[in-house]
Amino acid sequence: MLEAIGKTTLSLLRQFFEIVSLLFRTLYWVFFGPFRRKPVSAKGFFAQTVFAGADSLVIVFFVDFFIGMVLAMQSAYQLSQMGATIYVAALVGVSMAREIGPVLTSLVIAGRVGAAITAELATMKVTEQVEALETLSLNPVRYLVAPRFLALIFMLPCLVLLGDLIGMFGGYVVGVYNLELPGGLYIDTTIQFLTIKDIMTGLLKSAVFAAIISLIACYKGISTEGGAEGVGRSTTESVVTSFILIIIADAILTAVFYFAGT
Amino acid sequence: MSDKQVIISVKNVVKNFGERRILNDITLDIYEGETLVIMGGSGCGKSTFLRHLIGSIRPDSGEVWMFGQDIAKAGEDEMDAIRKRFGMLFQSGALFDSMTVGENIALPLREHTKLDENVISIVIKMKLEQVGLRGFENLMPAQLSGGMKKRVGLARAIVMDPKIIFYDEPTAGLDPVMTGVIDKLTIDLTRKLQITSVVVTHDMGSVFRIADRIVMLHQGNILEIGTPTQIRNSKNPIVQQFITGDAEGPISFVQKGDDYLEHLTSDIRHK
Repeated sequence: MLEAIGKTTLSLLRQFFEIVSLLFRTLYWVFFGPFRRKPVSAKGFFAQTVFAGADSLVIVFFVDFFIGMVLAMQSAYQLSQMGATIYVAALVGVSMAREIGPVLTSLVIAGRVGAAITAELATMKVTEQVEALETLSLNPVRYLVAPRFLALIFMLPCLVLLGDLIGMFGGYVVGVYNLELPGGLYIDTTIQFLTIKDIMTGLLKSAVFAAIISLIACYKGISTEGGAEGVGRSTTESVVTSFILIIIADAILTAVFYFAGT
Repeated sequence: MSDKQVIISVKNVVKNFGERRILNDITLDIYEGETLVIMGGSGCGKSTFLRHLIGSIRPDSGEVWMFGQDIAKAGEDEMDAIRKRFGMLFQSGALFDSMTVGENIALPLREHTKLDENVISIVIKMKLEQVGLRGFENLMPAQLSGGMKKRVGLARAIVMDPKIIFYDEPTAGLDPVMTGVIDKLTIDLTRKLQITSVVVTHDMGSVFRIADRIVMLHQGNILEIGTPTQIRNSKNPIVQQFITGDAEGPISFVQKGDDYLEHLTSDIRHK
């Protein structure tokens, strides 16, 4: 029993250090690669932005729209008892921007894009394609990890921004058609209570989540062993680990912003 | 082989995976322009040995000299430079399945040279012609058969005009005709282009067709080195059993010991 706990701890620690090392190697290729005439391939980067960003729009809109509606109905239920339903607009706006938008969008992307990245890289690993890259003098971190990392860092905040808007629109739909608030007033109230700082904290969070998703997904992918079963196992682990780390990182970041008074 | 120029020199290479010793003090010279076959049963360490030669595994101790450098200690940049001078054919071909056949072959050229796209397209056509797959450049790897994938893999391995090509079980899983085709390609490349070939295989038919010299690995040791004739006439019972493929002999698939009955009943007795 004790031995099992020890082994698990050691393996977790080892994985943690390997992921940190992967982060530094990725940053090295992103920032120093161009000076060594080995930049991250633009073609790979754009392919990944399309896959991670543009192709995720529909599901992100779908999820955020309905969550915005749910948020509005839930808060209307409580605020109506005080006759303050107009504050539904403020509540939906601020919580979408600061919390729900970044976290929910990131979880959706971890499930959609993170899983796809792990499955793809894991398949490449078990079919010797990663090793083939190495023997062709192409560094797998530069060639596979860096474009995916960059694409997510750029695209996730964009998706979150759009998701925030859609969520607020979901709240607007409930506010105007169900609570019968005037549309103009709803929008004015949202703008009045929402500050740039709220949006920025949300975007900062989402950039951290993007780093978590891409690094975990790539690490789990290129460390895969053991055929088709290994690919499946890595993909599951990638999504589960990303989910847990996103929630933990969210708690830490929210606490930091809260105590820093922003 | 009149002027025997050593191109790869392996000195006292030792490798352990955990407690298990995979390679036990291997010393071997590989000469320029020869086809060297490394054979041995599954788990004898031949794939691990090949991965030492291409620098994807580093030995626990010992040296691997190639192009005047010890790749067991080479840095990443030096290793990249050395890797551009050899090619590797993987067991499954290891084609990148998100790219077409043509893009697969063009990848090293696009990444490492400043060749014009028109030139690259001509080179691709030439290399595909060499492996007998003219007109296949726009297909995806998923549309190819196993033998075709290996031939495309070979075309990609030779696209940078390497001095050495490594083959990892090039004929595994192929029909006899395709085996013959791959063997012929190996021989052609070696003889016509003076490329050194290092082939890991346990396909005895192709061993004797292509080899200039044969190395027999057994349990991490070099059991015997010799020309095909020498190996065929070897007195070593392990080598003889391997060539003839007998189930009976010194290489046993049955676990040794008299504890079979004990092993069978161990679960019951401990209840």
